[in-house]
Amino acid sequence: MISMGLLFAGVLFVLGVAGLLARRNLLMILVSIEIMLNAAGVAFIAAGALWNQADGQVMFLFILATAAAEVAVGLALVLQVNHLHHTVDADAVRQMKD
Amino acid sequence: MPLLFALAAIIAIVATVLAISRSNVVHALLYLIVSLLATAVAIYALGAAYLAALEVIIYAGAIIVLFVFVTMMLNLGDAVQRQERAWQPGRGWIGPGVLAALLLGEFIWMVTEGGLGSQVHRVAPKAVGMLLMGEYVVGVELASMLLLAGIVAAYHLGYGLLPKQKAQQPTSETTEVGTK
Amino acid sequence: MYGWLWLEPVIPFATSAALLIAGRRMGRRAAGWIGTGAIAASTIIAALLTWQFIVHPPSGGAYTQVLWQWFAVAGFHPRISLYLDSLAVVMTLVVSFVSFLIHLYSAEFMAESEGYERFFAYMNLFVASMLTLVLASNLLLLFLGWEGVGLCSYLLIGFWYDDEVNGLAGRKAFIVTRAGDVAMTLGLVLLVTRLGTLDIQELMHRVTLQWHYGAMVAEVAGFLLLGGAVGKSAQFPLQTWLPDAMAGPTPTSALIHAATMVTAGVYLIARLHVLYALAPMAQLAVALAGFITLVIAGFSALTQHDIKRILAYSTISQIGYMFLALGVGAWSAAIFHLVTHAFFKALLFLASGVVIQALHEEHDIFKMGGLRKRLPLAFWCFIFAGSSLAGLPLITAGFYSKGVIMWSAHSSAQGAWWLWAGAMAGAFMTALYTFRLIFVVFYGEPRQAHPPITRYPGPAINWPLGVLGFLSMLAGFIDLPAAMGGREALSGFLTPALPRFLALRPGMGEISSELLASILFFAGVYLIYLFQLQKPGWSAQLAGPGLGDTAHRFWFADWGMDWLYEKTLVHPVAWFARVNKADGVDRIYDGIAWLSEYFHRGLSRTENGRLRWYAGWVTAGAIVLVALAKW
Repeated sequence: MISMGLLFAGVLFVLGVAGLLARRNLLMILVSIEIMLNAAGVAFIAAGALWNQADGQVMFLFILATAAAEVAVGLALVLQVNHLHHTVDADAVRQMKD
Repeated sequence: MPLLFALAAIIAIVATVLAISRSNVVHALLYLIVSLLATAVAIYALGAAYLAALEVIIYAGAIIVLFVFVTMMLNLGDAVQRQERAWQPGRGWIGPGVLAALLLGEFIWMVTEGGLGSQVHRVAPKAVGMLLMGEYVVGVELASMLLLAGIVAAYHLGYGLLPKQKAQQPTSETTEVGTK
Repeated sequence: MYGWLWLEPVIPFATSAALLIAGRRMGRRAAGWIGTGAIAASTIIAALLTWQFIVHPPSGGAYTQVLWQWFAVAGFHPRISLYLDSLAVVMTLVVSFVSFLIHLYSAEFMAESEGYERFFAYMNLFVASMLTLVLASNLLLLFLGWEGVGLCSYLLIGFWYDDEVNGLAGRKAFIVTRAGDVAMTLGLVLLVTRLGTLDIQELMHRVTLQWHYGAMVAEVAGFLLLGGAVGKSAQFPLQTWLPDAMAGPTPTSALIHAATMVTAGVYLIARLHVLYALAPMAQLAVALAGFITLVIAGFSALTQHDIKRILAYSTISQIGYMFLALGVGAWSAAIFHLVTHAFFKALLFLASGVVIQALHEEHDIFKMGGLRKRLPLAFWCFIFAGSSLAGLPLITAGFYSKGVIMWSAHSSAQGAWWLWAGAMAGAFMTALYTFRLIFVVFYGEPRQAHPPITRYPGPAINWPLGVLGFLSMLAGFIDLPAAMGGREALSGFLTPALPRFLALRPGMGEISSELLASILFFAGVYLIYLFQLQKPGWSAQLAGPGLGDTAHRFWFADWGMDWLYEKTLVHPVAWFARVNKADGVDRIYDGIAWLSEYFHRGLSRTENGRLRWYAGWVTAGAIVLVALAKW
């Protein structure tokens, strides 16, 4: 018998990874990152519940804060990219390479 | 409780799968909201009622709303959606699918190897609060700084992107703020 | 009064810095005044201190002035401190006084040369370094002065750097002396690791306490320090740099490469006499180096054409005498000869400078001739200094100082008849080459039509020549052998610092040795008179084809030492450099560079700017890491 909470978090996380890798839309990439962050938080909660520790929940709060900051900056970047390149295709934005 | 958790988890997973596979961003976000709400239920079932509430308020409430706003501001149109649809099915998912499956396999392996039990303890919000304002107070401060940095960065990156719209509708904005 | 000691090296050092920084703005006159004035100040202080030392000797026979602690590392804390004992008194007085005379001379001699301010800056730096060397109370400070004079020597040999030859000569001097300095550095390291200090007095104290007579470590230390002395003093086998060092201005040759710097090795060994007294093999090596040098340099001097090169070989040979004296334990005799040699050799160089300048930079003695009437002052200087150098009996300084050495070589406990015989042969050679030079340059008819002499030396040149001529004659009377009055003004004065010489081997008396030297002197002068002036054909015959010619060429080339070094050191290194032109060792590093570039190109292909591609690799990496962690 394994911890269902951790398993659930893992499944959510790999779904986020799959989305991140598969999607080309920058917005969808951000969505996938949100899913992964959320999954990490769930894993913390599950671990906290498993060992009866409050630290897991504290970590979830920190992840929440990180996710909020990340999404604010990320979305501003998407706006900026769309403004400059008129696209939200991640593969079209490769100026750093050249 | 386990039943509640199982139900919520299944809903969440299915909703997430749908969310990441939608070609329309707004649809994806709607599925994501479902997924997050179901996750909140699962978190509740894991004994963290306070965080379940926060999940609903901040993730489903604030963050996704932010996404929706941006999506609306971008106003991508049909062309992008057609393109998305063209990319969507088929080989594009094979690689990510394989990698994700490998990672999941490893994850399950780790969790089972670890010999972790499946007990669930309730952790009261009070303990969380004590810890947060005691041992982790520096972390809280750092998180506040991170949020401040996020605000500054978002403002900086967004500044001047939509000057015309801003100039056109100053009144509506102020009223909006006012109503809030 | 003793408290002024530190000013002695500091004044020339300060003026040197000032001349280097602001010399061009000062103008030539001011630079000459400042440069000479600083040395005059040092000389006055040295003279006052000498007076003080004689009238009110410091307690314990030495005065130590600690200026500050240099550094402190692992229990080793050398201090910047000056040590004035009778040896240092003699050395400072001679160094500063001769330097003063030569500076005065240079003020006029160099008047038309380019880089006048630079010249005085270097010369002052040299005097400062030399005084530091002489006054240093520990070997590390001495080494600083040692390297300082080496630097000045290099700078002044290559003073006219427009001509590549001068630069090469400077480099040669620097590199050859460096070979000796490496040995010396090792010697210092050996001393400091074994005895824990470099303070000379403390070191000598510990040496006597901790090392017994003939101890291996004492021998090794003695040999290593001898290496430094041999390099600096141009002794066999490192003497090859000195003849080439004559590329520098003539006052430089007089001061650095004859009177003072090259005797630093003599001073070093005299300073460390306690160590050498414990190391019989090292001391024998000192004697041998001197012995070999004085003989071979005599032969080389006999064959040279260049007036300054003759004098250079003569310097090498005379320092060989000093080394011989050190090697047989006649410490004060070595210092005595050092002092008289400083006077007469400086005079010889300065007078040769007058000749060279009068003849518009002509160095070849066989293009001179008949200058006796045209340059009377230079002629008389050469007569005085030359007879002192060759040892004209009774009335010259060189006779007394060299006579003591030759007698000591036989009568000392470390002496031997063959050392004495070599010294006698060297004395004979000295008479030959000195008077060959004088006869060829000043007698006979001019061999080549020279433009008329337009510039006669002024008072700034004449006065130093006169003073040095006076000293070349009379300086010998401060020490007379027992049989001729037994005066010990110098050796007695030096006694607290240097042990008295004890003649352990009775055998031949001092007087007969002096007598033989006198006979050899006159024989040599007569012989060379015969060859050069009476029967000029003879010398051509002697140096004709066959053995004579071969020997002549061999000696002319300094016994093939340069050739030997060329073949054994320069050529192999040059060969290796040529072989290694493609740089075999570098191939390895080239390979590393190529490999990293290869990987770089491979990796940069993965850098395609695709966000998802990167994310994919991050995921793959995470998978691998987790797998590795769980293994």
